[in-house]
Amino acid sequence: MLEQQLINGLMLGGIYVLVAVAFTLTIGILNFLNFSIPGVFMLAGVFTWVLLKAGVHWSLAVAGALAVGAAASLLVERCTYSWMRSSDHYVPLVSSMGFLILFENLVLVQWGSDLQRVVLPFSDLNIRYASLVVSIPQLLSLTLAVCLVVALRALLLKTQMGRALRAVAENATTAEILGVGVTRLVPAVFIIGGLFAALGGMLFALNYQQVHPYMGEEVALKGISAMVIGGMGNVWGAVLGGLLIGLTEVLSIHFFNADFVDFFVYGLLLVILFFKPTGLLGASKIVQEKF
Amino acid sequence: MSGYIEGILVILLLNIVFAYAVYWPLAAGQLNLGVAGFVGIGAYASAYASNEYGVPPYLASLGAALVTFAAAIIIAVPVLRTRGIYLALATFAFGQVLHSLFLNLDVVGGAAGYPVNAYIGIGGIATCALGVFLVTLFLDRTRFGLNMVAVHHDNAVSDLFGINVRLYQTLAFAIGAGIAGLGGGLYGHHFSYIEPQNYTILFSIFVVLFVLLGGTQTVFGPLLGAIFFTLLPEALRASEEWRYAIFAVLIIGTMILRPQGLFTVHEIRIFRRLFDRGTPPGRAHG
Repeated sequence: MLEQQLINGLMLGGIYVLVAVAFTLTIGILNFLNFSIPGVFMLAGVFTWVLLKAGVHWSLAVAGALAVGAAASLLVERCTYSWMRSSDHYVPLVSSMGFLILFENLVLVQWGSDLQRVVLPFSDLNIRYASLVVSIPQLLSLTLAVCLVVALRALLLKTQMGRALRAVAENATTAEILGVGVTRLVPAVFIIGGLFAALGGMLFALNYQQVHPYMGEEVALKGISAMVIGGMGNVWGAVLGGLLIGLTEVLSIHFFNADFVDFFVYGLLLVILFFKPTGLLGASKIVQEKF
Repeated sequence: MSGYIEGILVILLLNIVFAYAVYWPLAAGQLNLGVAGFVGIGAYASAYASNEYGVPPYLASLGAALVTFAAAIIIAVPVLRTRGIYLALATFAFGQVLHSLFLNLDVVGGAAGYPVNAYIGIGGIATCALGVFLVTLFLDRTRFGLNMVAVHHDNAVSDLFGINVRLYQTLAFAIGAGIAGLGGGLYGHHFSYIEPQNYTILFSIFVVLFVLLGGTQTVFGPLLGAIFFTLLPEALRASEEWRYAIFAVLIIGTMILRPQGLFTVHEIRIFRRLFDRGTPPGRAHG
């Protein structure tokens, strides 16, 4: 049924939105495509499962997963970006890919490559209206995604920290000369981005009730597409892109089959890159000038 | 030669071929994250030719190189309109689209994979790997290689000096793709079986990582990177499941301490000095 598929697409899109925001933050402010985000996403999902399985209360499991995500993201910052601000443009990208492989394989060594089933401590979590089914965690993740994006926009536009972040985005050196504490701000960007990715991973684990070491690649790589389609560095673009990707995915399953998902999702990305590389809502002016 | 050593040697030789597939575009400043897609085109095209039309496997693999070279020239038209991070993303998206195409091409088995009848042994693979290395080494010594480096360092200045920047960028992209196609053909014919799951983004990432680990300033860097990547896990056999984790730590460490890779222009100078020891001081160079 098409209506149900549209709902599912929007819900799935909510997860992509969170990941796309994580990508867009580091690329918009630090000019850095952070390939470790799929790893952070996966770590949060896996730790949600581990903590729930260990019998921890769900609120603590959620908090623990988010903390792991933020910590992992901070580790990436310490070992990639902070060392390499002046080197070739692909060096931090390569390091972050190294972290993706490191995280995936550490989880693989510890828990194996099997698909693990997440058992939720709740019973039925669906709202039914007519013949449509909406699951509460999914609805929650979509609402949460939109609310957090609004909050992030407010942080960037209204606060002292947001002003400093925008200054760093424009020109890190000048910002530093003018007294912005760049060395304190960069970790903050990574922690916020890491939290968004971790939230996505945690909600994915709760929604689809399965985790495995490579779950991040499938989801977070679509987050990259969402970011580019909406416009790099543009937070609302990430929202639009995320929802579009979610819809594209479920509709290609509906009209074709699951094997065609990547074809349409990444085909859409290619079309956007070739014909409107600034994305649908326009990349932030800073990103446009840098590339 | 024992089967174990031969198996590792084959992987090493194939990794060397894939390394140069990534090195060529990198030498012109393009980070190609879709190399797995080109390897896949080569593997499927050559397997189809040798299975369905009885083309000899070597000819099929070389033909696959030409097919991917030609395909890359066409693909380069839109892809090279983008630069920097956008180029990496476009090649990434391209690789993903190809992967899903392989999954849906029922004529070559789709997700179930595609058996390859003809066989290429280690000797053929070694010859091809040596050929790829020698051609790269030769081109690097000519004006062609010099122009490529110039294009990498500064597009505008190269243009001012009369280098056709677009031509060199397209050639670097397409030569890399052609080498990838050759590697794909060899892979399929050696292992007698190909499936879409071989050609994912992780494959592309691993090749890019070991090439950058070796270093892209000289033609020897990718060779060293491939050797390091293939043999190190074997040396670490005792902790087999840790091999990729350790590799990842090495990559991160290398990027912190030596972002230009393990083998750089500096090492070449040291070698030159060792060999030039006998010559009079005035003639020593490097």
